[in-house]
Amino acid sequence: MAEGFTILIDGKRAEARPGETILDVLRREQVETPTLCNHQHLTPAKTCRACVVELKGSRPLVASCERKAEPDMEVRTDSERVQNARRGVFELLLSQNDVSTAPGLVSQAEQLGAVPDRYRGQKYERGFFDDNKLYVRDFDKCILCYRCVEACGPDVQNTFALTVAGRGFTAGISAGFDETLVDSACVFCGNCVEVCPTGALMDRREHTLRAQGRYDESQQDVVQTTCSYCGVGCQLDLHVDRRRNEIVKVTSPDQHPITLGFLCVKGRYGYSFLEAEDKPEEAVKGA
Amino acid sequence: MTAMHEAVLLRRRGAKAGDLKSYIGSGGLAALKKARAIGPEETVRILTDSGLVGRGGAAFPAGRKWESVRTAKDPIRYVVLNTDESEPGTFKDRVMIESDPFMVLEGLLIACYAVSATRAYIYVRGEYRHVAELLAKSLRELQQAGHLEAVGPNGAALEVEIRRGGGAYICGEETALFRSIEGYRGEPMAKPPFPTVAGLFRKPTVVNNVETLANVPDIIAFGAKALRSRGTERSPGTKLFSVSGSVDRPDTYEVPFGTRLSDLLELAGGGKDLQAVLMGGAAGTFVFPKDFDLSLSYEGVAERHTTLGSGAVIAFDRETNLWQVAERLGRFFAHESCGQCVPCRVGTRRQHEMLQALAEGHGRGDERGLLTRLSQVMTDASICGLGQTAATAVRSLLEAESAGLLAN
Repeated sequence: MAEGFTILIDGKRAEARPGETILDVLRREQVETPTLCNHQHLTPAKTCRACVVELKGSRPLVASCERKAEPDMEVRTDSERVQNARRGVFELLLSQNDVSTAPGLVSQAEQLGAVPDRYRGQKYERGFFDDNKLYVRDFDKCILCYRCVEACGPDVQNTFALTVAGRGFTAGISAGFDETLVDSACVFCGNCVEVCPTGALMDRREHTLRAQGRYDESQQDVVQTTCSYCGVGCQLDLHVDRRRNEIVKVTSPDQHPITLGFLCVKGRYGYSFLEAEDKPEEAVKGA
Repeated sequence: MTAMHEAVLLRRRGAKAGDLKSYIGSGGLAALKKARAIGPEETVRILTDSGLVGRGGAAFPAGRKWESVRTAKDPIRYVVLNTDESEPGTFKDRVMIESDPFMVLEGLLIACYAVSATRAYIYVRGEYRHVAELLAKSLRELQQAGHLEAVGPNGAALEVEIRRGGGAYICGEETALFRSIEGYRGEPMAKPPFPTVAGLFRKPTVVNNVETLANVPDIIAFGAKALRSRGTERSPGTKLFSVSGSVDRPDTYEVPFGTRLSDLLELAGGGKDLQAVLMGGAAGTFVFPKDFDLSLSYEGVAERHTTLGSGAVIAFDRETNLWQVAERLGRFFAHESCGQCVPCRVGTRRQHEMLQALAEGHGRGDERGLLTRLSQVMTDASICGLGQTAATAVRSLLEAESAGLLAN
């Protein structure tokens, strides 16, 4: 293994290992760094710019999630320039998006002292799509972090159903040429839903329960099981509403060695048979 | 004193433009021949000694790019001729190719030979259909006459592919251009790695502007001194300027570096009663008459906090409302942002909305402060040059307004 080295963070020496990003080092040193597009299992998209830092020798700020640490780099996270840029990113997003299901975004914005109504203007309105049985897409909440594109593409699923279409402010996530998901290449693995940081992509059942005011995480238990559909052995976490003894969502732990949190359509959405034990005809109707 | 239009790059502009026989008759292709006689290393050394810097806007030393690719470990390398001229007010690359396609192509061939490129790409702005056709025709003539033979690595014939863009300004940004050639969405990538290390198809790549490569044949044929005999110490050679707007003779002018802006304007039949010029295109800055004496050189513009950019000089008379001009620039950037990063995607939109309010006179009063604040976010945090410079002109206009320089 290659030798470690040190970099300077806000004037203090910190250990870094070859291959690590600046963000990896910041996290280990417990330097609070806002992130939106960054995801532990996905290639850094470096699109949100929330994690930017000042790097000596670089005129613009650099995305710490993407830039690899190099010996003797001098990084600043505490400068007014960095704070201003980070705040700006959140203020711009708050000026365009519905953030009602993005508590992570809102709390990071608050921590930075972002002023929600700093900028006014056209909202991001790409519409609500409810075109299949398994998940809904509310693009007014989309911050175009590219996580879903990467999860659908080479980072996880290799299905390549999702892409970014259009340009500038009107750019948005598209399945093919704005086809419905059913007509697109989508295989409904739901891994895009899993990685979406703002709730723009949401399981249909969660969306329905939220609309009815019945989605309450404090009333849910997580029941661990192993997926029975094939021999891979993915761990499933069944999120069960204890009031109604009803499965509301299926996920997998993001550190599970087999899944890393990712599942297939059967594991994630094929659970209705559990609720229709004596009614096989019900089971095939879907979630 | 009026500066002289000094046709060096544009010396074949006119009737015989694009005729291979007359190109060769007037010394054309001698540089390629010489390059092959002296070998790649020496060719690159001459280029480095000449001090030629990139003419696309970033002014990076051309010799350093070539040397870095020439000495790369990877046997697969590319040379890309960036003909995606899209900066508003910029048309000098088009004029350069129309005037002398062979000089540009000879520069390309020398580049390919010098770095042992396995393949060359010419990326032409989508709207420049006739330019792409002219380049294709000229390339065919060169190929039929055998001039592409043994220009490739290990004595192979060079393969050159012409690609037309789809009408996106961002694809002129070198990494977005690579993505476009590769068949992806034209989105800029993070640098480093720089193109010379991991460029097109992640291979070492030289990407040069048209005007940059047009300078190469003379430098190789006549030596580094050929370039240094004109211009200034730190900006050797001549520069093409696209002069447009409120001047009598809008055109492409070639002048030595160090020429005064006022002299260039006079050459174009203007400069008497101008309010301002926009230097360097949409990504440049407004310059006012008090600075018209500036020296058109890299050091001269840096001194006055402006830029040569792509060589665009757009003149505005005193009747023009510069906030309306800024609104157009704002609209341009909002339209051309690729949409990848937040500061540019949302920032260019917000900037345009505020500029619209100011131009139409129904602002709420806080626009100027917000524009200044936003410009810092976009400049600091955007991924690429588009977002980083989308507020430059606006910022210069705000400063000029505070200094009382606006005519209306």
